[in-house]
Amino acid sequence: MKLHARTSRRRFLARSLGAASALALAGCDALSRTEWFPNVLGAGEKLSEAVHHLIAPRKAMAQEFSEGDLSPKFRSNGTAMPNSVQYQALASAGFADYRLEVAGLVEQPVRLSLAELRALPERTQITRHDCVEGWSAIGKWKGAKLGALLERTRPKPEARYVMFYCADPMEDDGTGLYYESIDMEDAFHPQTILAYDLNDVPLPIPNGAPLRLRVERQLGYKHAKYIMRIELVRSFEGIAGGKGGYWEDQGYEWYAGI
Amino acid sequence: MPSEAAAPRQTSTRRFITYLYYRHTLPVRVMHWINVIALTILLMSGLNIFSAHPALYWGKSSYTGRPPLLEITAREDADGNPIGLTRIFGHEFVTTGLLGASAGPDGDLVPRAFPTWLTIPDSRWLSMARRWHLFFAWIFVINGLCYIAYSIAARHLARDLAPSRADWRSIGQSVIDHLRFKHPTGEAAKRYNVLQKLAYLAVIFILLPLVILMGFAMSPWLDSLGSGWVDVFGGRQSARTIHFIVAWLLVAFVLIHVFEVIVSGFWNHLRSMITGRYRVVVEAADETAR
Repeated sequence: MKLHARTSRRRFLARSLGAASALALAGCDALSRTEWFPNVLGAGEKLSEAVHHLIAPRKAMAQEFSEGDLSPKFRSNGTAMPNSVQYQALASAGFADYRLEVAGLVEQPVRLSLAELRALPERTQITRHDCVEGWSAIGKWKGAKLGALLERTRPKPEARYVMFYCADPMEDDGTGLYYESIDMEDAFHPQTILAYDLNDVPLPIPNGAPLRLRVERQLGYKHAKYIMRIELVRSFEGIAGGKGGYWEDQGYEWYAGI
Repeated sequence: MPSEAAAPRQTSTRRFITYLYYRHTLPVRVMHWINVIALTILLMSGLNIFSAHPALYWGKSSYTGRPPLLEITAREDADGNPIGLTRIFGHEFVTTGLLGASAGPDGDLVPRAFPTWLTIPDSRWLSMARRWHLFFAWIFVINGLCYIAYSIAARHLARDLAPSRADWRSIGQSVIDHLRFKHPTGEAAKRYNVLQKLAYLAVIFILLPLVILMGFAMSPWLDSLGSGWVDVFGGRQSARTIHFIVAWLLVAFVLIHVFEVIVSGFWNHLRSMITGRYRVVVEAADETAR
């Protein structure tokens, strides 16, 4: 009798365990779809950012590679040709009419042609591009140092972030222009450049012509392509979804160092 | 089950005594179950993250001119139904139903690397999978650090896990015993056997630190901690591959662990990892000598 009671209790426990794991999995999916739980999970990435900034100096350099490490063809991801009449007009004229606008919280807004951008202090670097999806590609980038460009505009002390507004619409109806942002410390990092050459040729359209950001030590989605306008701001409030970037508004982390 | 404690039992002419031995301390039990939850979520959210680019490479980048080591993909048959394909070292296998193509939300086959029941969240949702993964990575790391600190301070490591000289000598016998599913009984069952000790030590000090380190290697920010440290492991894409392989080695460990638990007294082991009490049966003669 006692033995029977024990067996049925164990069978009950085993079945409960099975049911509990099925429920737990369904629970994980239900939690993912709530408003509040993803924010709780987000604490993990906030902690990672704080620890990363604590242990790796802000000015630490990303690894640079040799010509032998170059990927035979640098992969294009996301937009390969912006679905925009204005952009395609610029592209068909070889970006002769392209002007990069730098404005916002600066004393001296500027508008620069590609020739003027090429005249700025430059840097060439062979770096690895790590996509959030998991793949990596190695490319040789040449571009204007963002720090040098920003110095010319004399940023106001209240400027905290650099916004990059791009030409590529992310929605089929031509809305949802891609945008990104970085903070001032990353903007003045020596490897942060506005790249106009990839592997010794002018940046191809699938890779972001005429100008894309390289902010090494962060994932690919931070490296905005087709940059049209740069703006220095105090906060992301009122800018699109308010999270500082197109993918950030879709739930990706603003800090993309992991 | 206090009623079972110290209840003498008559079996033929030999007398046996059963008593409950306090085998696992509360901190070990709590940390064990936190680990179960964290590693399960890390595996399942990791498989969701992997599904965003279901291919593994060896080298500093994915595009080196060499093909991937492993690739999970799908193509369509003549009727437009997806066929799941897995390519390993250039060999292609049809894996429909499990890898490459499996049942979607409405039961129809859809292209996806791992099936919904193996991933968190169930759908392909990279940003959410990253949140689960990077949150429970912290739980796992903090729990692991607490475990190491406790194991040293409470002498769990020295007393229960470090193989003794006798253990090393009995290694051959232990292999034979395991192959025969023969397990220590009586007083010997209170201690871990040598293969068990070595398996736990390898997981605690090799596999788990390696999987964490390879996670760090995938972070472009942490890569800048020392120039080129990731190349020690073959580069970032190699690190990603090692991370994936070690994750499955841990799954293999868990399967063997659970198998051994089942064949050597499932409920007794399960109780000892919940209440701490492990039932030991000894011959009465042993008991008096104890």
